[in-house]
Amino acid sequence: MRRIYLDNAAATYLEDHAEKSMTPFFKSFFGNASSIYEEGRIVRTAIENTRKKIAKIINALPEEIIFTSGGTEGNNLAIGGAVGNHFKKAGGHIIASKIEHPSVLNVVKELEKKGVQTTYLNVDRLGVVNLEELKNSLRKDTILVSIIFANHEIGTIQPIAEISKIIREFNEKNQTNVLFHIDACQAGNYLDLDVKKLGVDLMTINGSKLYGPKGTGFLFARKGVKISPLFFGGEQEKKIRPGTENVAGIIGLGAALELAQKIRQKESKRLIALRDYFIKEVLKRIPGTVLNGHSDMRLPNNINISIYGIEGEAAVLYLDSQGIACATGSACTSARLEPSHVITAIGLPYEFSHGSLRFTLGRKTTKKDLNYVLEKLEETVKILREISAVKLEKSKYEKAIKK
Amino acid sequence: MKKQSKNKKHFDLINREGTGWFYSDIVKDHFFHPRNLLLKDPRRGEFDAVGIEGSMACGDIMKMWLKIEPKTERIKDAKWRTFGCASAIAATSMYSVMLTENGGLTIKQALKIKPQDVIKRLGGLPSRKIHCSVLADLAFKKAINDYFRKTKQSDKIIK
Repeated sequence: MRRIYLDNAAATYLEDHAEKSMTPFFKSFFGNASSIYEEGRIVRTAIENTRKKIAKIINALPEEIIFTSGGTEGNNLAIGGAVGNHFKKAGGHIIASKIEHPSVLNVVKELEKKGVQTTYLNVDRLGVVNLEELKNSLRKDTILVSIIFANHEIGTIQPIAEISKIIREFNEKNQTNVLFHIDACQAGNYLDLDVKKLGVDLMTINGSKLYGPKGTGFLFARKGVKISPLFFGGEQEKKIRPGTENVAGIIGLGAALELAQKIRQKESKRLIALRDYFIKEVLKRIPGTVLNGHSDMRLPNNINISIYGIEGEAAVLYLDSQGIACATGSACTSARLEPSHVITAIGLPYEFSHGSLRFTLGRKTTKKDLNYVLEKLEETVKILREISAVKLEKSKYEKAIKK
Repeated sequence: MKKQSKNKKHFDLINREGTGWFYSDIVKDHFFHPRNLLLKDPRRGEFDAVGIEGSMACGDIMKMWLKIEPKTERIKDAKWRTFGCASAIAATSMYSVMLTENGGLTIKQALKIKPQDVIKRLGGLPSRKIHCSVLADLAFKKAINDYFRKTKQSDKIIK
């Protein structure tokens, strides 16, 4: 059966250009970049050229790029590393939004256990961080603010430049040095990553979401920002991230990011048209559906809808049997059996929170694919509503939407 | 000795470690082809008892309709509808099969079905999914209480 893959927020395929760039570094150039002889120098040069290339793309200095194993490590290193540096001081405070990725939220929770105080910012129904609450939450002992650039589930893009302005003004007024970290893992394909324009101190990127290899990524850490390592070893990555470099991975990451940023405007335009077509059609064809997240401040490839009266996991499995891959924030796919924290944070009434479906489009997605998905989604909803003990009553779901 | 190894197998089936995730072929079969599903809304008096369990907030709701032969108290028909995930749908389907197969169980026999028995018949469930089948059995108990109420056997009502 033909498969239609609409879970590009979970993983993307490795694009040819990146794959080809990696091949020589498996067998031909396998040396250790720390060695001073030729085999080492070749590899060192390749890594440093990639570092320069990435720095240029994000308008940073090469020494501000720390290669990591991906988004989870980047977020851990940024937050844990920034706080680690503050361990000498008593307490400290971290601010994060309620809709962060687990690789941010669980680091923050872990630091809470060590005595760090925390504030979790609320988001509105569209998933936008409450800026007034941020202003009121900043404290003189705040170490860092961590915000997800574009949300992994509902695709909402945060006003990063506005947030950084608030933090900068606070710092100037209070002679403090509150750091600003963004998790940009979902943003690399579609958004401008210029760290100066964004006004961030730390930024996490991973390779596996931008058609690069899995297990790759980098953390941008502005010059002067002190980051403690998560683990200890040799002198690689200025001792902040020791360990023999994942050379092929770094090269592939660089190639993938380069292409992603080169085509991002054209690709965004194409995907926005497809995304909005799909959203419009779903809301029109299937009664009792709502869009989760913002309609404009939204990742070009993200569609997240909730369907009244059906459960997300059942829908995902039905669609899977029809050749369609998509995701859900349903309770039944989590170990805790609660709807996803993002869906909960936007205040979606529970009549809808169990039936959220995420379709994330990719470079190979076509309108023909989406028409097939629309047809199968309609069928799936019909079947599951037939099975469901919750009947679709217009008055009930309209009341729930208004809640 | 033999019993022990059987137990061990049972543990593997339900996957106590909670690492397993994929459904067995039986679960998939009952999910994609649910048995005894109530398609049309019932006519008045079509069933002898009805029970509902679960809540929208929890994400699982099960409703069960029963036909019971008064003399023998055998379950002649068990229909259901479920709002829930694949395992909730499959477990309710399997439960309805177990109630009605071979001429139907008596109420007394049916009440002895444990969630583990349903899980076993389904070829196992991922451990985090086990609560789903428990719900099917609770919806059944609610329906049976409804039957006892209607047939004036309130002393038999299960608390």
